[in-house]
Amino acid sequence: MQDPFKIVIQDFEFYYGSVMALRDLNLSIRPHQIFAVLGPARSGKTTLLKSLNRLTDLLHGTNHKGQIFIDGREIYGEEVSLPELRRRVGMVFDLPTALPLSIYENVAYGPRLKGMREKSRLDEIVATSLQAAVLWDEVKDRLPSSALRLSGGQQQRLCIARMLALEPEIIMLDEPCSGLDPISTASIEKSLMTLKEKYTILLVPHNIQQASRVADRVGFFLGGEMIEEGSADQIFTRPQNKKTEDYISGRFG
Amino acid sequence: MNKEKFLERGFLLVALSSISILALIAFFIFEQGVPLMWKVGLKSFLLGDRWYPSKGSFGIFPMIVGSFWVTLGALAVGVPLGLSSAVFLCELTPPKVGMVFRPMIQLLAAIPSVIYGFWGLIVLVPLIRNHLGGPGLSILAGSFVLGIMILPTIISISEDSLRALPRTYKEGALSLGATHWQTIWRVLVPAARSGIVASIILGMGRALGETMAMIMILGNAAQIPSSILDSARTLTTNIGIEMGYASGDHRQALFATGVVLFFIVMGLNSLAMVISRKGRA
Amino acid sequence: MRISRHFTQEMARTLIWIASFSTLAVMFWILYQVLREGLPLLHLSFFLKPPREMGRAGGIASTIIGTLALTIVAIVIATPLGVGTAIFLREYTREGRISRVIRFGTDCLAGVPSIIFGLFGFVFFVIFLGMGWSILSGGLTLTAMILPTIICTAEEAIKSIPYTYREVSYGLGGTRWQTIRRVVLPNAFPGILTGVLLGVGRCVGETAAVILTAGSSFLMPDSLFSPIRTMAVHFYILAREGISMEMAYATGAALIILILIINTVANLLLFRYVQKG
Repeated sequence: MQDPFKIVIQDFEFYYGSVMALRDLNLSIRPHQIFAVLGPARSGKTTLLKSLNRLTDLLHGTNHKGQIFIDGREIYGEEVSLPELRRRVGMVFDLPTALPLSIYENVAYGPRLKGMREKSRLDEIVATSLQAAVLWDEVKDRLPSSALRLSGGQQQRLCIARMLALEPEIIMLDEPCSGLDPISTASIEKSLMTLKEKYTILLVPHNIQQASRVADRVGFFLGGEMIEEGSADQIFTRPQNKKTEDYISGRFG
Repeated sequence: MNKEKFLERGFLLVALSSISILALIAFFIFEQGVPLMWKVGLKSFLLGDRWYPSKGSFGIFPMIVGSFWVTLGALAVGVPLGLSSAVFLCELTPPKVGMVFRPMIQLLAAIPSVIYGFWGLIVLVPLIRNHLGGPGLSILAGSFVLGIMILPTIISISEDSLRALPRTYKEGALSLGATHWQTIWRVLVPAARSGIVASIILGMGRALGETMAMIMILGNAAQIPSSILDSARTLTTNIGIEMGYASGDHRQALFATGVVLFFIVMGLNSLAMVISRKGRA
Repeated sequence: MRISRHFTQEMARTLIWIASFSTLAVMFWILYQVLREGLPLLHLSFFLKPPREMGRAGGIASTIIGTLALTIVAIVIATPLGVGTAIFLREYTREGRISRVIRFGTDCLAGVPSIIFGLFGFVFFVIFLGMGWSILSGGLTLTAMILPTIICTAEEAIKSIPYTYREVSYGLGGTRWQTIRRVVLPNAFPGILTGVLLGVGRCVGETAAVILTAGSSFLMPDSLFSPIRTMAVHFYILAREGISMEMAYATGAALIILILIINTVANLLLFRYVQKG
């Protein structure tokens, strides 16, 4: 029987040293959806994302309990290849992080790491990814120029293209529109709606409004715990938990 | 996966090179020098004031005294000038001046010691000889040149320490009504004390280790100096002058001098490290 | 009558200005002294001919080769060792026992006086390993001397690369070595180069360690095992033995010009690097 869930998180806890960042997390996410990770600062949202592709491994002194399954396989298992996991679970950070390379080389970076060398194939992947990130028209004539010269919004879309070049299965975006103008924000949100047809998307939204615009399901996090989880419609109109309701209605943030 | 592990081991091996070299240096220097110190007797080696290698007399006390006075003199020249320049760079001039001044201080550090020695030999030594007497090749000449040579060390580290202070120190003092001047000397310098002291100790280490310039301008007298116009030898010049022709016990005695030098300089550098670390904490 | 506080303050401020500028003044005096007498004596044949009559005549060709050879040997070995150490410290470990030991070794090595390096090089390379007074012995001794400098500057250069670059590379499926090779090293290159140039400067100016390990022959070298004199050593011998003041000035001027060039290039590089970053 096909597992209906793409990601299954069971009894997951995460510690930075002795500080607990996530606790008692039980969550299942279906494929081809946008799941919004909602909550105020310091709720564990980024930790959740970085646990899914084990970028948390880069830090020292971290610990976890519980399990995370992607397509039925435990990602903290013995045989797991980190590079492969990170190619399957792509991430875009909250600040535009273009590498000091040309636009072309930024997007080609991931495929090159994988070992791809044929120029024609790389050209194709770069073009496709930039199109999917709605950046192609703006940069197609200046692919060799430095990526650092792009505007914030363009750089952020470049980061999305860079991630898509690896053809991941899961896409995670951590406040991808923070610091961007409304037009860039709108174009990124628009591309998310198209992307969810191919990918499973986790999004830490910049604010509640963004979540209500794009999310299919929402999880509300507070202080490292997931307080409530449900469809976007249900969370925003009929929240079950008082804390959720308070947050949604802006009583704290 | 294998490749990554292999690289990790490889880099570890490479990284151990500096400590391995240090161990090699210590081993070989001690291996040559310590037997002689034992043979002659530690006390008579360190405190004996007769250095007559041809007669088998190996007392390095005159050299210890020489090193001491020359270093002290160098500090007397270098610390006031160096600290002033550090304060000058940090507080008394706009950043543009610093941008010109600092590379010049670096240049000072890059000039080979033999050039300093040469200048001392042809300018300073005759000057002293003609106006103050004595052979000119003297502790005074050595101290002055050495003082100039340690300036870059004192200036750069002291300036860094002053710059590293939180702005609130300065702003707080000024807002309490202190003048710029009072702020510098009563608040900033004392606060940067550990870094400044560390720079002075490192300057001392540098001064103690200097060889070529000192050979050129200190004269060659292996006797306890009685005035700053006297010639003298330091631990370093003792080695540098005689190593070219020494053999047997004589050569080993020079290595033994190296052992003493090694300990003193290592001790000073460790002290500087401890002080600057404590100050940062 | 009390001297006003304002007066003492102004006095002290003036003294500090004087002190700072006299620092620079002495340095320029030193350089001027040597360059004034030495520069006029520099002509092409001086650089192309080896010394004759113990240095009283001829040029400094063999010493130039000596300086070059020793520097190249030292840089070729010390750079991979130094950069490798820096990579290990910043990419493969965190602050712990191993890194403390390595740093301790590096800091101590940086403080060892050059004459001690000379003694070590003599007993280890010249005698124990049987290399004799040679370019190899001198070059390897200089390697040990400049290693701490290269480690220090390489580490600073690597440290200054933003963590996010690494995070991005790992996030895109990069291994540690791929991240080092493609992101860290290319961006740290200018800083590392500056450190290498600093090391070159030290090799050029070093005398004590070189005399004891490379010998003082002013003949043109045949191989890496030939003894050789560097420009600094030649200058020292001319000055101290009083062989020829003229030649000493000329050699000194050449030495200073070389150092000035190296220093200027290093500073320009640093300037451009800081600009870009």
